[in-house]
Amino acid sequence: MVLPDQVLYAMEAALNGLLSGVMYALVALGFVLIFKASGVFNYAQGVMALFAALTLVGIQQGQVPFADVINLIPGVEVHGFGWTVPALLAIVLTGLVMIGMALIIEALILKHLVNQPPIILFMATIGLAYFLEGLGDTMWGADIKTMDVGLPQGMSGTIDTVTNAWFGYGFYVDQLNIVATVVAAVLVALLMLFSQYSKQGRALRAVADDHQAALSVGISLRFIWVLVWSIAGFVALVAGIMWGARSGVQFSLSLIALKALPVLMLGGFTSIPGAIVGGLIIGVGEQLFEFWVGPLVGGATENWFAYVLALVFLVFRPQGLFGEKIIERV
Amino acid sequence: MNDMAQDGYTTADGRKIGGVLMEMRNITLRFGGVKAITDISFDIREGEIRAIIGPNGAGKSSMLNVISGFYVPQEGEVWFHGQRRAPMKPYEVARQGIARTFQNIALFDGMSVLDNIMTGRLTMMKTGLFSQALWWGRAQAEETAHREKVERIIDFLEIQTIRKTPVGRLPYGLKKRVELARALAAEPKLLLLDEPMAGMNVEEKEDMSRFILDVNDEFGTTIALIEHDMGVVMDLSDRVVVMDYGKKIGDGTPDQVRANQAVIDAYLGVAHD
Repeated sequence: MVLPDQVLYAMEAALNGLLSGVMYALVALGFVLIFKASGVFNYAQGVMALFAALTLVGIQQGQVPFADVINLIPGVEVHGFGWTVPALLAIVLTGLVMIGMALIIEALILKHLVNQPPIILFMATIGLAYFLEGLGDTMWGADIKTMDVGLPQGMSGTIDTVTNAWFGYGFYVDQLNIVATVVAAVLVALLMLFSQYSKQGRALRAVADDHQAALSVGISLRFIWVLVWSIAGFVALVAGIMWGARSGVQFSLSLIALKALPVLMLGGFTSIPGAIVGGLIIGVGEQLFEFWVGPLVGGATENWFAYVLALVFLVFRPQGLFGEKIIERV
Repeated sequence: MNDMAQDGYTTADGRKIGGVLMEMRNITLRFGGVKAITDISFDIREGEIRAIIGPNGAGKSSMLNVISGFYVPQEGEVWFHGQRRAPMKPYEVARQGIARTFQNIALFDGMSVLDNIMTGRLTMMKTGLFSQALWWGRAQAEETAHREKVERIIDFLEIQTIRKTPVGRLPYGLKKRVELARALAAEPKLLLLDEPMAGMNVEEKEDMSRFILDVNDEFGTTIALIEHDMGVVMDLSDRVVVMDYGKKIGDGTPDQVRANQAVIDAYLGVAHD
């Protein structure tokens, strides 16, 4: 099959856009989960991803937590335990750390803010974000780290060969993006099954709807909140691994949360499929816009395209593509 | 009711009322300096329809909230099934078999009628998170069993036609009925109804009265209810507690309460010479 170069390049851009859209969706998922279960927009989601990634790398490389603080004691000099932990074990341990974090967040913050308006809880998550950022730095150090958990990286040879055979032009696709897509698909399938069909999923939706009514049917708010924040921590861990492997573990990782905002505005704050579709639209839109319009305006449209698209949505469909339209009955 | 035997009594319409299911002993509840309830004692017997009445601000809802664990009284004891109940959270009370409805309706607006009622059975679902994942079939079988029970309640309360409708879209009277259905789904030993007929028209009130009587009759559920409408209360209940300014001013059968001078004064006002 012979296609014009321009079409091939656009197809390649679109494919890569789809795959990086999945990465955006991964972060957006964490937001949707907490928002659905508690009506709270968790500003700290991005920082949680950073914290998870830092912890994972730290555990894997056998770093001593709080080494910089410990070294302030005169005569003490520690750097590492001198061992490395297998990637899989390190991931499990980090998962446990994230669950512990959920327990602490519930006990120190959420428990004291029951029945407060969402804006108060939102403010609390801003505080949490800054605290976690500092904690991550103090625990594991502020230097840029590389994440290596054995995920394949670099150009996918299969796709290059196949597309070369079809079109006479090999597409460049990063293997990491393909892995991220598979992981995201599995994660979403699990979360959907969980929230739609499990007992806890129903309890979770109940808590999001009405605290008082949930209590009256015997649901423990405490348990549900710990559960939700643990899941959000787990999603943050997955996002942290993917983004960390892609661009290194550093402070800017926490800013990927910003990219999740337009995704949420497109998909709707309350919809898991919405987060996925929103991510894909932004991913593809960004790439194609850059491909066609970028050269006309001097490029770098990726920086603002998503936000402008989100603005358009806010004007014409504020609840997003899949979000619930909140009906107020007087 | 002083002549009432310890093991219960027989009502005028011939229903057998059992022993004491719940007993409130010298309950006092304060909000800061304000006493909402002052030293109130009464009991609720098995199989009974027990009403708590009183003018606005008498402390009726506070009393219901004490029973359901939403408020913890500063003084007094709550006895349930012959055992003193330690102060507990509302969800723990619910798990003990005490279900309730709310004056201002607390339903899950985003869910369908069916899902709302199913949440009433959450505490009874055995399978946990991991067994659900591992034994999908068993979880499904359990869901089906619960679903059957729920369908019975749906039939019973005549809400078949709206079972898939999101609750947020329903009119007020039907919402009240769905809330009752959710409470019933928990198969409670004690059902607490907070003003089940508030804001209803005559026809809706008659329907609700009929359902309350039928629930008591069919499932043998013990019911404690708060109500404003004196006529309805007197027709429905076996025994009535009357509250005024946080104090108990009367307790007995509807006829006894009607003849009680303190109750008449509270409702009609006292003539000052």
